[in-house]
Amino acid sequence: MNIFEALRVAFAGLLANRLRSSLTMLGILIGVAAVILLVAVGNGASVQINNQIQSLGANVIFVYPSNARGAGGVSQGFGTSQTLTMADVDAINSRQQDPDIVAAIPIAQSGGQITFANQNYFAPTTGTTVDFPQVRDYQIAEGSFFTQDDVTSQHRVVVLGSTVVTNLFGTTDPVGQTIKINRQSFRVIGVFAAKGGSGLGSQDNVVVAPITAVWAYLSGGRGKNISQIVASASSANTVAQAETELTTILLQRHQISDPTQADFQLQSQQDILNQANSIATALTLVLGAIAGISLVVGGIGIMNIMLVTVTERTREIGIRKAIGARWRDVLTQFLIEAMVLSGLGGALGIALGTALAVEAPHIPAIASSSFPPPVVSIPSVLLAFGVSVGIGLFFGIYPANRAARLHPIEALRHE
Amino acid sequence: MIKLEAVSKTYRMGRVEVQALRGVDLLVESGDFVAIMGASGSGKSTLMNIIGCLDVPTSGRYFLDGTDVAGLDDDQLAIIRNRKIGFVFQSFNLIPRTTALHNVEMPLIYAGAQNRRPRALAALESVGLADRAGHQPTELSGGQQQRAAIARALVTNPAILLADEPTGNLDSASSVEIMKLLSELNREQARTIVLITHERDIAAFAKRIVELRDGLIVTDERRAA
Repeated sequence: MNIFEALRVAFAGLLANRLRSSLTMLGILIGVAAVILLVAVGNGASVQINNQIQSLGANVIFVYPSNARGAGGVSQGFGTSQTLTMADVDAINSRQQDPDIVAAIPIAQSGGQITFANQNYFAPTTGTTVDFPQVRDYQIAEGSFFTQDDVTSQHRVVVLGSTVVTNLFGTTDPVGQTIKINRQSFRVIGVFAAKGGSGLGSQDNVVVAPITAVWAYLSGGRGKNISQIVASASSANTVAQAETELTTILLQRHQISDPTQADFQLQSQQDILNQANSIATALTLVLGAIAGISLVVGGIGIMNIMLVTVTERTREIGIRKAIGARWRDVLTQFLIEAMVLSGLGGALGIALGTALAVEAPHIPAIASSSFPPPVVSIPSVLLAFGVSVGIGLFFGIYPANRAARLHPIEALRHE
Repeated sequence: MIKLEAVSKTYRMGRVEVQALRGVDLLVESGDFVAIMGASGSGKSTLMNIIGCLDVPTSGRYFLDGTDVAGLDDDQLAIIRNRKIGFVFQSFNLIPRTTALHNVEMPLIYAGAQNRRPRALAALESVGLADRAGHQPTELSGGQQQRAAIARALVTNPAILLADEPTGNLDSASSVEIMKLLSELNREQARTIVLITHERDIAAFAKRIVELRDGLIVTDERRAA
């Protein structure tokens, strides 16, 4: 029996029992739609995380103090030591060779209540040096960034991110205004252009001041601490070399000969990206697996209905065998019927899943939240369709073989 | 054409063995029209299943058109049924929700034949049902369904036409009509026909009547033409 004839018989059979066929297809449809939608959600999260991390700058390297070791070698936990100093930053910036490092800046974080007129806002204040815009890839939208003189002279000036401006000033022009951070007055001299991105520590929710002013007015006398050094490599491709150069400079400065005993650690954007990607991949797999369970349930539904169909059509099978259908003719016919059932369900499921994934960002409740827009991946669509047809094949084999093995005389006697 | 040599068939029904045929010898020549008669339980259905290659004998030999059928596997039997035997059943056995034309085409599809549509139409024409080709079985009368079934049996040009109580589900007018059609096919196209029936007036259309009782042939007489 040729495939065309088998398809014709399959469609005729499915049309003869429309409700039953639709309900059976619904099982596969829901399964496939769930796989596509949930994998798209996982992909969307992964894309969003990647974009956010990319917006930090692909060639940025962070240097953190590593776990301090107390007198007995007791680890005191991440970030507890103060091993990085301004002298380290100066050493990196005044190096003679090492062409892969462009610049390094110190970061001193200070939390603080910010007020302007009767408006209150909370944003971290970052103390740093003049290379900040270059290293972190910020553009000045209005006014200017602070100068070396502002750093040297501890001038109380700040440059604000766009989120801070919106929350604190509304429509007022912020440049030239004076704000208070922890009750200390600072003059706004510039505004950063928005970098976009939301959630996960927005890049626009920043207040940047000269590090000397942060130490003098906001650190509460905790001394000249640097929580991290941020260095930039000349390009994304030279990050690895720049990391090696940074390590060499800092080990030398800290007089440590054994690299495993280093009192600092490096993390490049690539490391963060890799970590985030592995988490996102795991998330996608878990979501896909949960949806996959519903596909198996749909497959059992197909097997069930095919067994009913074979029983109902026993006499027809007998007639076909009497007029010359062989084992594989009958097998093919019922396998194709099962695959048409699951394949149609799969195709409709792809349409539904894709439509939901595409429409989801337009639903007001989702659009207003920071839920990442789902991203439908073509491989997941192809895979879902292949799997649904495969399910028809797998769950169709038993009923089809049962039909094909029927004895013609007994099948003909069946009422 | 058909040659049975000491064919016997034993069924096992639970613990009891039932001997349906006890050594039947039968020779049917090409172009003959044989009626096999017998009461229920006489073994005529078993004989018809064996002649129709739906079943194989327990012992004895069966040659159909020169081929020894005993010892063939299920798929080989299917091919023999497709090429050499045309079945006509008591309950018509057309495939539901399928047009008469498509039903007639079915054996050609399994045979992988060419020119299926024209051949199926020609077969329908030969039983006088060309104008009902596009109708489904439920839209046809009993007599028309049986004609479609005869067209389906003829379409592969088989060696024999095997009719199992072909008039059993028909009124007397349609019965006569169908039997006239079978006689005509035998007379004009020289089709070999084996007819199974328990009605003497139906058997009267045949050229030769074989009577079966308790798994054995008791009479075998040729009627004067």
